[in-house]
Amino acid sequence: MPSLGADMEAGTLVEWLVQPGSSVGRGDIIAVVDTQKGAIEIEVFQDGTVDSLLVDPGTTVPVGTPLAMISGGADAPVQPVPSEPAEPASVPPVTVPPVPPKRAIVAPSPGDRVRASPAARKLAAAIGLDLSTLSGSGAGGAILYADVEGAGGKERQPAAGDGLTAMRSAIAAAMARSKREIPHYYLQYEIDVTGLQDWLAAANADRPPAERVLIGAACLKAVALSLRKFPDLNGFFEDGGFRPSDAIHVGAAISIRGGGLVAPAIHNTDQLSLDEVMAKLRDLTKRVRGGRFRGSELADPTVTVSSLGERGVDLLFGVIYPPQVAIVGLGSVTERACVIDGTVRPRAVITATLAADHRVSDGHRGALFLRKLGEQLQHPEVL
Amino acid sequence: MTESGDKPRLTREHLLDLLRHMIRVRMFEDKCAELYTQEKIRGFLHLYDGEEAVAAGIIPVLTPADRVVATYREHGHALVRGVSMTSVMAEMFGKQSGCSGGRGGSMHLFDAATNFYGGNAIVGGGLPLAIGLALADHMRGDDHVTVCFFGEGAVAEGEFHESLNLASLWNLPVLFVCENNGYAMGTALELTESETDIHAKAASYNMTSEAVDGMDVVAVEAAARRAVETIRRDGKPVFLECRTYRFRPHSMFDAQLYRDKAEVASWREKGPIVRFQGWLRENELAHAGEVEAIEKEIQAEIDASVAFAEAAEWEPLADLTKHVYAEA
Amino acid sequence: MTTVQNTLAESAEITYRDAVKEAIRDAMKRDPRVFLMGEDVGRYGGCYAVSKGLLDEFGADRIRDTPLSESGFTGAGIGAAMAGVRPIVELMTVNFSLLALDQILNNAATIRHMSGGQFGVPVVIRMATGAGRQLAAQHSHSLEGWYAHIPGIKILAPATVEDARGMLWTALEDPDPVLIFENVMLYNRTGSLAADAGAVAIDKAAIRRPGSDVTLITYGGSLWKTLEAADRLKGEGIDAEVVDLRTLRPLDDATIMASVAKTRRAVIVDEGWRSGSLAAEITTRIVEQVFWELDAPVGRVCSEEVPIPYPAHLEQASIPQADQIVAATKQTLGTMGSGG
Repeated sequence: MPSLGADMEAGTLVEWLVQPGSSVGRGDIIAVVDTQKGAIEIEVFQDGTVDSLLVDPGTTVPVGTPLAMISGGADAPVQPVPSEPAEPASVPPVTVPPVPPKRAIVAPSPGDRVRASPAARKLAAAIGLDLSTLSGSGAGGAILYADVEGAGGKERQPAAGDGLTAMRSAIAAAMARSKREIPHYYLQYEIDVTGLQDWLAAANADRPPAERVLIGAACLKAVALSLRKFPDLNGFFEDGGFRPSDAIHVGAAISIRGGGLVAPAIHNTDQLSLDEVMAKLRDLTKRVRGGRFRGSELADPTVTVSSLGERGVDLLFGVIYPPQVAIVGLGSVTERACVIDGTVRPRAVITATLAADHRVSDGHRGALFLRKLGEQLQHPEVL
Repeated sequence: MTESGDKPRLTREHLLDLLRHMIRVRMFEDKCAELYTQEKIRGFLHLYDGEEAVAAGIIPVLTPADRVVATYREHGHALVRGVSMTSVMAEMFGKQSGCSGGRGGSMHLFDAATNFYGGNAIVGGGLPLAIGLALADHMRGDDHVTVCFFGEGAVAEGEFHESLNLASLWNLPVLFVCENNGYAMGTALELTESETDIHAKAASYNMTSEAVDGMDVVAVEAAARRAVETIRRDGKPVFLECRTYRFRPHSMFDAQLYRDKAEVASWREKGPIVRFQGWLRENELAHAGEVEAIEKEIQAEIDASVAFAEAAEWEPLADLTKHVYAEA
Repeated sequence: MTTVQNTLAESAEITYRDAVKEAIRDAMKRDPRVFLMGEDVGRYGGCYAVSKGLLDEFGADRIRDTPLSESGFTGAGIGAAMAGVRPIVELMTVNFSLLALDQILNNAATIRHMSGGQFGVPVVIRMATGAGRQLAAQHSHSLEGWYAHIPGIKILAPATVEDARGMLWTALEDPDPVLIFENVMLYNRTGSLAADAGAVAIDKAAIRRPGSDVTLITYGGSLWKTLEAADRLKGEGIDAEVVDLRTLRPLDDATIMASVAKTRRAVIVDEGWRSGSLAAEITTRIVEQVFWELDAPVGRVCSEEVPIPYPAHLEQASIPQADQIVAATKQTLGTMGSGG
């Protein structure tokens, strides 16, 4: 099927004007082909005898398909018509200039975008400054180059004590955003951990110090188990809606020497044995303090537990780490005189707090959760 | 055959030259049609089949310093003007060694060495250019002639009228050659023109105007000699309407719904080559075997041009933006 | 280049019109290949009186009146340039150039390319452009941005008397087609011209007013409105830099980007219609090349999307004015604009 135009891709054979055995000469019309422009006569470009017809009338074939075999006259070889189909090899390879990889387009989520000019963003990135810690002087409060310059200086590495460290900036950004966006509510609940302490003492009796289970680990595990019934405290608030998480990855807030803290995840905390939780906690603590934790560990937690027990405070109200929706705070274990069955007895107690996102849950749910946590800690054997 | 009063030197050799020009164009274009079906040649391919007597009769009358402006159906003009067949064929292939560096293709053959100012794919677009080329010669006092070829379809364009007016008004040395093949693509002359006698239109611009049988190479040549002589002598334009016919479709992809096969067949009988060849034989001006020898020689030239074009290099992609502005 | 043989005597003040005329006269004297052709350039003296008196000086062959055949004589200019002479084609006004668009786009801009570099087209085509004379919708276009879309031609927009005087000769020396757009509001404008003023470069934009707070990018007739706006902004504590593009194709990206990278803000003033405008092209280039230097979105002041109306108040409202330039600049500057 000859190509009769750049826009012709196929043709339909309408009729043959020759038969096998017919002799043909260059320029003879041998067939009629129908195209989108109408019927066009097909001429042959060589002399010879038609050997065979390869395409039946009524058939549509692509350009380049042999229509007939013609054996040559005096010295022409047997050739199909056309003598050669389209020969892509003779066309220069069309090299398409490399297309730059498409960048993922991040749809702006309303409210959580910092409005800053490209120049301000570039400078902030260069000096490690978090733009969310700044207020802008530009149109609509946009942060401009001069604002960043004023806050962080020219494009240079910040000297010690000058401006904010990257860690400080990250904490500042996250906490500022949390307090700006998340309507926190707070609950506190005193839990008797005398039995837990006794149980732990017994369990740890034969273990070397490095293998002992600490009360912090037990609390982490208890929080995780309790959350199974409270999906509204475990998950993420993003793009204007809450997305509960099936998995429970408790983030354990660990302070860093020299300042700052991170809360990397202990993955699937509720499914680990208490010993495993303890081992993970030890490992994380060691790595965090050595500065070797993984970025993904910081992004994964579905809830955070922060304990200042070692620092001797009675209780702490946490600031939720967005986009999480809850943080459990644990104070130090203290001895209290408690009235039990009409007698005053010394008991070990811990004050647990909950700070939760009021957009997702209410105080009633939070209270039920703290009570569940208290109950859970009364049965260390199932932790 | 026309027995013109202004007979050029009708030597046997000259007559065979005229025949050779026409056969060379015809055979070259037959090969192009074949190569087109094989997708070696792409774009639009407009063949001159049937109109060869016009280019063959007019262009050899010119001197090398004269100028030629042609249309998108200009393979014949380029070949007769002396643009080498190899460079024309390479241009059809889009190769760098083509006469336009491969950038133009079938419709845009250019050649500075032979003062060939291009195939122009805008109908009528070449006429104002011809005016300018002639204006430059006129202002410098050079006695060159600019020949401008166009089809009868261009007659409907404003640029036709603007250009004829300017040439006559300013006494410019232009030979306007209207190749009237009866159809503007698929629309017949009587469907597009209120006055179908085109040479009469030109006469209204106060210039010498003549209609000639464009299928008769001797008549065309005689008219061209008269015209060029007049232009050089008087420094004024002349208009020549060559009544001709194209045997093939407008371009390759044309089902020719607009004309009867009988009409094509009747014109083929008076085809410029078949008639002239017959006349030469009848008058024993072409001897036995001579035409065959010419054809054989041309076939070898065509084969060589195809081989050259096939082997020629593609322009490197890195050169893509060349020839937009002069190289600094 | 030799010193210009000018006839300006001691006078330093000259109109834009006379500066163009001096440029033509100078070119005609320097190079016998140069000639001017167009409608009413001879006996009438030019639609805007630019060529008045030149017919007497140079004769009808070189100051060539043409019929109303824009395509014909523009094409003739192209052909003549190909044959080695140096025509200056005057197209009266940009609206009439549309009748010659086929020749400009399909021949002048393509022949070098289509011929594989064998034929150049060193023609210069001049025309008046712009609104402001109450000439209504068919005589007030600013289509230079359209023409700047076309590869193969160069587009100039002289705004000052120095450029009106100096660009023509450089354009005539260029081996490629050059279109010169003269804003109709500039012809009567006077400026100071050095007695030895001559040819100027046509490949660079010019900083007409240095500044640090924002870059105002413009050309042609809008330059003076933009400079007026910059003066007013100065009174409000805003220090605007004004870039005169001068050449619309090829654009001098280096000058534009250096200025925008310095001020971090840009407003483009373009008498063309906003959609698909030259201002849109420049905006895109700024975003492509200096995005990370920006402190604000790029602003634009263009013509309203309406055929230019006849009544003066509507006409003036349809094209960029200093008030709008001031407002757009303040918007780009955000709170700074209100004095903060």
